[in-house]
Amino acid sequence: MDVKTIKEIKLAPIRNGTVIDHIATGQALNVLKILGVNEYMDSTISVGIHVSSRKSAEWKDIVKIEDCELDQKTVDKIALIAPDATISIIRDYYVAEKFTVTLGDRVMGLAKCCNPNCITNKNEPIETEFVVISRRPTKLRCSYCDRALCNISDNLL
Amino acid sequence: MDFYDRDVVSIRDLTREEIESILDLSEKMMPYATGEKVNRVLHGKILGNLFFEPSTRTKLSFESAAYRLGCDVIDVSEMSMTSISKGETLADTIRMVDAYCDLIVLRHPYEGAARLAANFSINPVINAGDGAGSHPTQTLLDLFTMRQAKGSLDGLNVVLVGDLKYGRTVHSLAEALTMFGAKLTLVAPDTLQMPDDIVNHIKEKGCRPVKTTSLEEVMDKADVLYVTRIQKERFPDPAEYKKVAGTYRINNSMLREARRDMVIMHPLPRIDEIAPEVDASEHAKYFQQAFNGVPVRMALLCAILGGEL
Ligand SMILES: [Zn+2]
Repeated sequence: MDVKTIKEIKLAPIRNGTVIDHIATGQALNVLKILGVNEYMDSTISVGIHVSSRKSAEWKDIVKIEDCELDQKTVDKIALIAPDATISIIRDYYVAEKFTVTLGDRVMGLAKCCNPNCITNKNEPIETEFVVISRRPTKLRCSYCDRALCNISDNLL
Repeated sequence: MDFYDRDVVSIRDLTREEIESILDLSEKMMPYATGEKVNRVLHGKILGNLFFEPSTRTKLSFESAAYRLGCDVIDVSEMSMTSISKGETLADTIRMVDAYCDLIVLRHPYEGAARLAANFSINPVINAGDGAGSHPTQTLLDLFTMRQAKGSLDGLNVVLVGDLKYGRTVHSLAEALTMFGAKLTLVAPDTLQMPDDIVNHIKEKGCRPVKTTSLEEVMDKADVLYVTRIQKERFPDPAEYKKVAGTYRINNSMLREARRDMVIMHPLPRIDEIAPEVDASEHAKYFQQAFNGVPVRMALLCAILGGEL
């Protein structure tokens, strides 16, 4: 076996499900949080943390979930904490669909404002709204109170 | 410049040109604000003063501004307080008040409340302060006072002193001054310095603010000295407070180093950060500044409600 193949084997291929690749290293656990991983889940999940990337010299994280396809909201949340992540939908061992997550200019209803005095934290009939002020690294500003969102992964809804 | 039917939520919503056009209109409002001339251009309009938090000065100056232009005012403060205690959402209160008037002035304890109000209201909303957030009309009257005193806002040396962390007036003022190429000096104890968020924002706009703890060192450079109150309750140790408050107390002897045409401003109320002896000096502009709330708010009401002066 050549080196390439050995690397591949670190995370076993899945038959049906989703592969979230090119997650910024260290963010895999937050991706699991977004996926709502808990002991009641039916699918098998394999996680690679600090895996060397075939594409570049950099390190990355990777998550594979069996028998599960992600909804748009989940994909949008992943884009917030792992803006370079690629998502592959696997059906019968083949990549049926592959795309890169995208972060729009505005983020609606995906995170809560970290300012406790913000009107969006006061039971008003509104969705939270953030403007993306920087992409590398991701920085968001609350459209209501103007405060920059600290610690995005801790404030996801 | 078209302000007709527009919300004024944050000073960030306005361009430099828009700010200047409001200041120009404020200038024209001066004789009407003092009562020297009379104009009823907003006759038949109703302003809803929606104050969820007491702020007598701001409320009175909006009322005064409205009456000077013949605009009626309904005071919805009491109703808004009862709505809060009954658990009504701000969104619902706004939708209702919106039906009673042509323009809402909102003061609210939560940040972002004015943005929410603007989203729910069909009529325009003016933010009269939301929590530690924006208070754009205060910023406009501060700018107006500086322009009046110095002739122009371009490239002014402005020293901001006191509580720069919690004092909301200085945050939007610093941002607005940056639009006019001001040189900012931020004088505060380390614990009360301007938040990084704001400093980064003004840096992005090309301003290089100087941070220091010593007012004496920078006194001779100031065109404008903007003083804010340091609140005792921000300090866990009263002795620390005394030390700090004492250093920034402006009195006549401290002003010996100042330029002759330097102006002192303060959003008021002051406690003891400016000695009463300073009031009589040529430098003192804070009472003029408080009065300027009227012409500036008249200009805004007139522009938003479509009155022709
Ligand atoms: Zn907020």
